[in-house]
Amino acid sequence: MSRLVRMDQTGHTTVAEWTAEDPAAVATAVAAFRAELDQGYFAVVSEGEGRAEQVRELPLDAPLVILRRPIAGG
Amino acid sequence: MSSPAAAAPADASGTLPELAGVYWRRPVTDRALRQTGRRWTLSTVAHTAPFVVAAGVLAWLRPVLAPVSIILLVHAWVIPELYAARGANVVRRRRRGDHPAEPVALGLLGDLVDHRARDLHAGTRLVLERGRLGTWLIAEAGAVLVRPGGRRVHCYCVRVPDPDLPPSDRTAHLLLALRTDEAGFATVANLAFSGARWRLRRRLAKDVREALDAAALEARAS
Repeated sequence: MSRLVRMDQTGHTTVAEWTAEDPAAVATAVAAFRAELDQGYFAVVSEGEGRAEQVRELPLDAPLVILRRPIAGG
Repeated sequence: MSSPAAAAPADASGTLPELAGVYWRRPVTDRALRQTGRRWTLSTVAHTAPFVVAAGVLAWLRPVLAPVSIILLVHAWVIPELYAARGANVVRRRRRGDHPAEPVALGLLGDLVDHRARDLHAGTRLVLERGRLGTWLIAEAGAVLVRPGGRRVHCYCVRVPDPDLPPSDRTAHLLLALRTDEAGFATVANLAFSGARWRLRRRLAKDVREALDAAALEARAS
């Protein structure tokens, strides 16, 4: 089961869950993913220490996709 | 990374989108960091040397003015200490008290790092991350880069501008941005201090010193 989570004031919220074999869940997850990006979130797939990839389309076989807010110099 | 199953190309540029907001900045590279370090050292010398010289000249010309010389020397000592204190501020814990969602955020952050980093974070609230430019210590509103060799540090102010996020989520935001594009992360962040590790270490809390020592150990090995 893959998950799309958003980091927010609750710690994190699971926005969608899907398996590649479930087209309805995939469609729901893709729609939710695009809605979050439209809200200004960036989607990242962490690949262990030192590596992460920002994605603009939902990678269906990634186990965890994390939505983050933009950062800025303090 | 995982292959996209349905028209899911990754961001081809591999750079942080936040860079668009600081387009005028020169991208941070290994060479640029060395130059920045040298500039900070020269700047510090330029700020302190006049006080030292004036103290020496005064004491030599008029020994009775030795107390003034001492004050000038204190000034010369304090200036770099103030810079280092500014650097130490980037890893200072921002707010006291528990955020109700911190345990949930901590769980997600824990999933992103290995056991060693988790243990270090439990004691120091800092995440240690090895990168190409050096070894990073990531806090909730800043990061310290320990350069290879472990002698010089660069301290950056960088944050996610959402005051409602729990501390570990703020750290996770920075960690993911760093992993996405290390050079871009350092470019977006504001440099608060560059200088000797020992100078920064003196300004840190005891637990944070341990994290800095761990990062220096990693940096020496890299």
